[in-house]
Amino acid sequence: MSKLKALLAERILVLDGAMGTMLQAYAFEEEDFRGNRFDNHSVPLVGNNDLLSITQPDAIYEVHVKYLEAGADIIETNTFSSTSIAMADYALEDCVKELNITAAKIARKAADEYTAKNPDKPRFVAGSIGPTNKTASMSPDVNDPGFRAITFNELKDAYREQTLALIEGGVDILLVETIFDTLNAKAALFAIDEIKEELQLDIPIMVSGTITDASGRTLSGQTVEAFLISISHINLLSVGFNCALGADQLKPYVQRLGLHTHEFVSAHPNAGLPNAFGAYDQTPEEMCALIAPYFSEQLINIIGGCCGTTPRHISLLVEAAAKHQPRSILKNA
Amino acid sequence: MPNQIPYLTLAGLEPLVVRPDTNFVNVGERTNVTGSRKFLRLIEQNDFETALEIARDQVEGGAQILDVNMDEGMIDGVAVMKRFLNLIQSEPDIARIPIMIDSSKWEIIEAGLQVVQGKCVVNSISLKEGEEAFIHQAKKVKRYGAAVIVMAFDEKGQADTLNRRIEICKRSYEILVNQVGFPPQDIIFDPNIFPVATGMDEHKTNALDFFQATKWIRENLPYAHVSGGVSNVSFSFRGNNTVREAMHAAFLYHGIQHGMTMGIVNPTMLEVYDQIPSDLLEHVEDVLLNRRDDATERLLDFAESVKGDTKTKTKNDLSWRELPLQERITYALVKGIDQFVEIDIEEARLAAEAPIKVIEGHLMNGMNVVGDLFGSGKMFLPQVVKSARVMKKAVAYLLPYIEAAQSGKPEAAGKILMATVKGDVHDIGKNIVSVVLGCNNYEIIDLGVMVPPERIIETALKESVDAIGLSGLITPSLDEMVYLVKELNKTGQDIPVLIGGATTSRAHTAVKIAPQYDHTVVHVNDASRAVTVVGNLLQPQTNKKYKAEIKEDYDDFRERFQQRSDHKTYVPLTTARQQRALVDFQKAPPVKPNKLGVFQLEQDLKSLTEFIDWTPFFRSWDLHGKYPDILSDDVVGEEATKLFEDAQLMLRQIIDGKLLKAKAVFGLFKANSNAQDDIEITHDNQQFVFRTLRQQLQKSKGKPYRALSDYIAPSEMGIQDYMGCFCVCAGFGTAELAKEFEARNDDYSSIMVKALADRLAEAFAEYLHKQVRINYWGYQPNESLSNEELIKESYRGIRPAPGYPACPDHLEKETIWDLLQVKNRIGVTLTESMAMWPAASVSGYYFAHPEAKYFGLGKITEDQVQDYALRKGITKEKAIQWLQPNINN
Repeated sequence: MSKLKALLAERILVLDGAMGTMLQAYAFEEEDFRGNRFDNHSVPLVGNNDLLSITQPDAIYEVHVKYLEAGADIIETNTFSSTSIAMADYALEDCVKELNITAAKIARKAADEYTAKNPDKPRFVAGSIGPTNKTASMSPDVNDPGFRAITFNELKDAYREQTLALIEGGVDILLVETIFDTLNAKAALFAIDEIKEELQLDIPIMVSGTITDASGRTLSGQTVEAFLISISHINLLSVGFNCALGADQLKPYVQRLGLHTHEFVSAHPNAGLPNAFGAYDQTPEEMCALIAPYFSEQLINIIGGCCGTTPRHISLLVEAAAKHQPRSILKNA
Repeated sequence: MPNQIPYLTLAGLEPLVVRPDTNFVNVGERTNVTGSRKFLRLIEQNDFETALEIARDQVEGGAQILDVNMDEGMIDGVAVMKRFLNLIQSEPDIARIPIMIDSSKWEIIEAGLQVVQGKCVVNSISLKEGEEAFIHQAKKVKRYGAAVIVMAFDEKGQADTLNRRIEICKRSYEILVNQVGFPPQDIIFDPNIFPVATGMDEHKTNALDFFQATKWIRENLPYAHVSGGVSNVSFSFRGNNTVREAMHAAFLYHGIQHGMTMGIVNPTMLEVYDQIPSDLLEHVEDVLLNRRDDATERLLDFAESVKGDTKTKTKNDLSWRELPLQERITYALVKGIDQFVEIDIEEARLAAEAPIKVIEGHLMNGMNVVGDLFGSGKMFLPQVVKSARVMKKAVAYLLPYIEAAQSGKPEAAGKILMATVKGDVHDIGKNIVSVVLGCNNYEIIDLGVMVPPERIIETALKESVDAIGLSGLITPSLDEMVYLVKELNKTGQDIPVLIGGATTSRAHTAVKIAPQYDHTVVHVNDASRAVTVVGNLLQPQTNKKYKAEIKEDYDDFRERFQQRSDHKTYVPLTTARQQRALVDFQKAPPVKPNKLGVFQLEQDLKSLTEFIDWTPFFRSWDLHGKYPDILSDDVVGEEATKLFEDAQLMLRQIIDGKLLKAKAVFGLFKANSNAQDDIEITHDNQQFVFRTLRQQLQKSKGKPYRALSDYIAPSEMGIQDYMGCFCVCAGFGTAELAKEFEARNDDYSSIMVKALADRLAEAFAEYLHKQVRINYWGYQPNESLSNEELIKESYRGIRPAPGYPACPDHLEKETIWDLLQVKNRIGVTLTESMAMWPAASVSGYYFAHPEAKYFGLGKITEDQVQDYALRKGITKEKAIQWLQPNINN
């Protein structure tokens, strides 16, 4: 914890880019997703990227290495959907523990190798904890606004299982990300806080929400300030935003966040908005130009990329970040 | 900028930051089942839609935090708390502000914390059950991310002195901050607001102790806040709102001076501190600050004078007559004073360029104020109806001038046709809706009662109305509505239809009526909602969307309703009959009536007044609460009292002037039941048969399937049994009287006389039942019960009425009419839908067995419908038509 904090006080740290975008290049098909292990699985598994940590571990390792090579300080485990709730779509609830441990170990190995190569630039592994595909404070049924597809306790239990496995696999940080419903995040934080107490473990937590529309609110309707207040009861390493909008549109919200928090601020935007085919057109240069004001206005402590970003995007960010001062939480406090 | 001083921050969808310059945070308290009878009733009735409106009113009224409390023994607090908070989350204009989860039960608090994404306040935790529980709960609250109210309460009890308050708050604070690591700015103390001026010496310093404790907390427990429930302080002055409001304002003023940052306050029970008359303020502050030994006695004396004062003041205070013209007109409309309306309207007419402008200008300005006050819950229905009376008088005065000037009619917001459907005679609710819509500038075409569908459709087309409102109280009216809408659909016109009345429901509207109409049908359950619904339907920019939403809503409701009805299981009629209620005719053998036969009487109304159950009377005016408590209700008490006074006045006029007549016919007969659930009556050597219906909804083992025939000894038992039936009416003269009032533009009195006639009819039924028990039948000759006990029906025997839950079949009224010769004897007739005319009538059966009790038939299945048709000698179609609402399909 203190090592990370000390580094963050010194310089801007860079998070890696998209995992899914990189995996597209491998053009894996159903049998690749299944590997030998899930030959006889009852439901199709194609598209379950998290499963590749078990069935195609070399590919996952390769992507991590590319980002480390690009200069990323923090790499994210391939576990965005590795909760029993999200894995239920693939009938893989029973593999959740294994998925998280395996993914964490792959990232751990890659990061440790690069730290060993250059001990002056230590690399960290952040366990990625996604929002799940269910939402605790909104009804999926417009005609029954009181209905909920998932409860707080169900979410908490699922997050608990994932978090314990990530810790067992050796992650340095827990990253609760792409939060579209604050109540889901609160369930994750509740589980993490319990685990930290039980294990007497001081593992740093990053929290990253997502602003889904230009009105500047989360999908569950909160303003930036309300979101921040609602997750501030837990000791955090950083708060930030990721995904959804591109870097240009995300900026005012990152800025507002910075005005109201004592914690470090992070951002990992998409490479713009997806085009009609679901691909991201923003080139690394374009994206870096849009992120430039984040640096020059000193809004940021951790920068990275979400959907559509590649090692090339990240290496440009690494270059730019090295030239700028991080946001000073002392100054602002 | 983040700050060095940690502020209390809360969040709904939007943030709430309590800064040093935040004067005072007020917490909306009406969404609390322990504090609001209305809210409790809505929750008990599962009417979450209206319950949400209360929440919305609180937010719109300026509440910065919404207190939600579901602590009531009869409701499932955990489930209801979750459901209500879930629903709030989908209403962005309510969810905007933070929630205060208020419960004395930890499991309800935790359930609430699990469904709200924002940062809430927990109300409350305390040391009451010791440190361990306190620490456990505080840790959880912190982990859920909420602030907390800590009551000054410990293992020894509630703090009632300054020292105890300090001792408990200090100890709580230290545990929270040092052991739990609770952020101190998230701690809000409630150092107990207790009543003052109770006459007990130990209560004299209650307010002062609170103030001093507040000050001590703010000075010694860094960053912590202080809150409290303010209305407690004035508990001794219930019923005297002038004094209470002054006490609340003064208490808050001093509380805030001492550092109170938050409070649970009813904004409508709050005077502005500066506007408290100085003599009243002095007396109030003497008490609050314990400035004199005789402060309590002095305030009590003074309160008496204030109480008397306000009443005489409102009656005689004519200072408003000095106001400018528009303000006078608005005042008269808001207060419902018609005394000076013609003078003011004449003045306005002389000044206006055309007489029509007085309506469009002065009067509409005033009615807009009325509309706003009603919409925001600051005026109640009886007041609005009085406002309408003033409005109508003003318009009537202007009409000759408008016609002379030929300047045309004023532009209405829309034209609405209102009618009670064919066969039904009940119109109180319909008239109230008409009046309220009229107040909102809609032109109303009221076709009255028993209106045939052809006439409704014809008028709607001829007048090009914008909407049709249909009303009905008895169940056959439901079918009438379905029929009418089907016919209306054939015209191809897109006229929205509003459905209302006691027997209608959202379920019936969605499942039975809406599918018959290609356009909009919407169920409107109260007068205040009618304005919003009609407004939305006629709003040209948005009504398409609104109509689509209603349709979608009903489609979905229908789907779920149909799925749901599948879950219930029913037993065959034969099974139900085998498991009928076994009434013990040996232990309580039938009592032979003193006299058998048919009797007739005309009753003096005065003797009936003591039998009136007033609670439903208030309900017919949309004022909810039990009589007599409703007269001192915090919210509606004042209006209820006025309404009650008006009712008493009219009742006296009716009695003294013999304006209404009450007549009854009843009979007591030999009776036995048979195996087909019939009751066979012998009278004048003729046979009459009542067909009763039997419950079929599956019950737990051993529970009987009831039919009314179970309460009459079966003929094979060889015991002679008896039953009675009756019809009473207190409505002779009502229609004429109501018409007279309407001719004088006095809808208020017209509705009043009908509402009173209904009450007198029910009172008559109660009175007659008693006479039957004591004298005519005489099975209970020594009964002595108070009116309250009568209303609770604590006597022996029942009098179920055809068309009501135990015997929902209206057709059986025909048998009563034949048997008693009701029409010939007292002149009450039956319409084609079996509604009684005059409307203020009650008919039913008498059962005397001590085991006889009321029940609801519920749904029955096809076998019984078939059986019933056979027994009654009618076609199955006819049986279906009459039993429709009770048939499971």
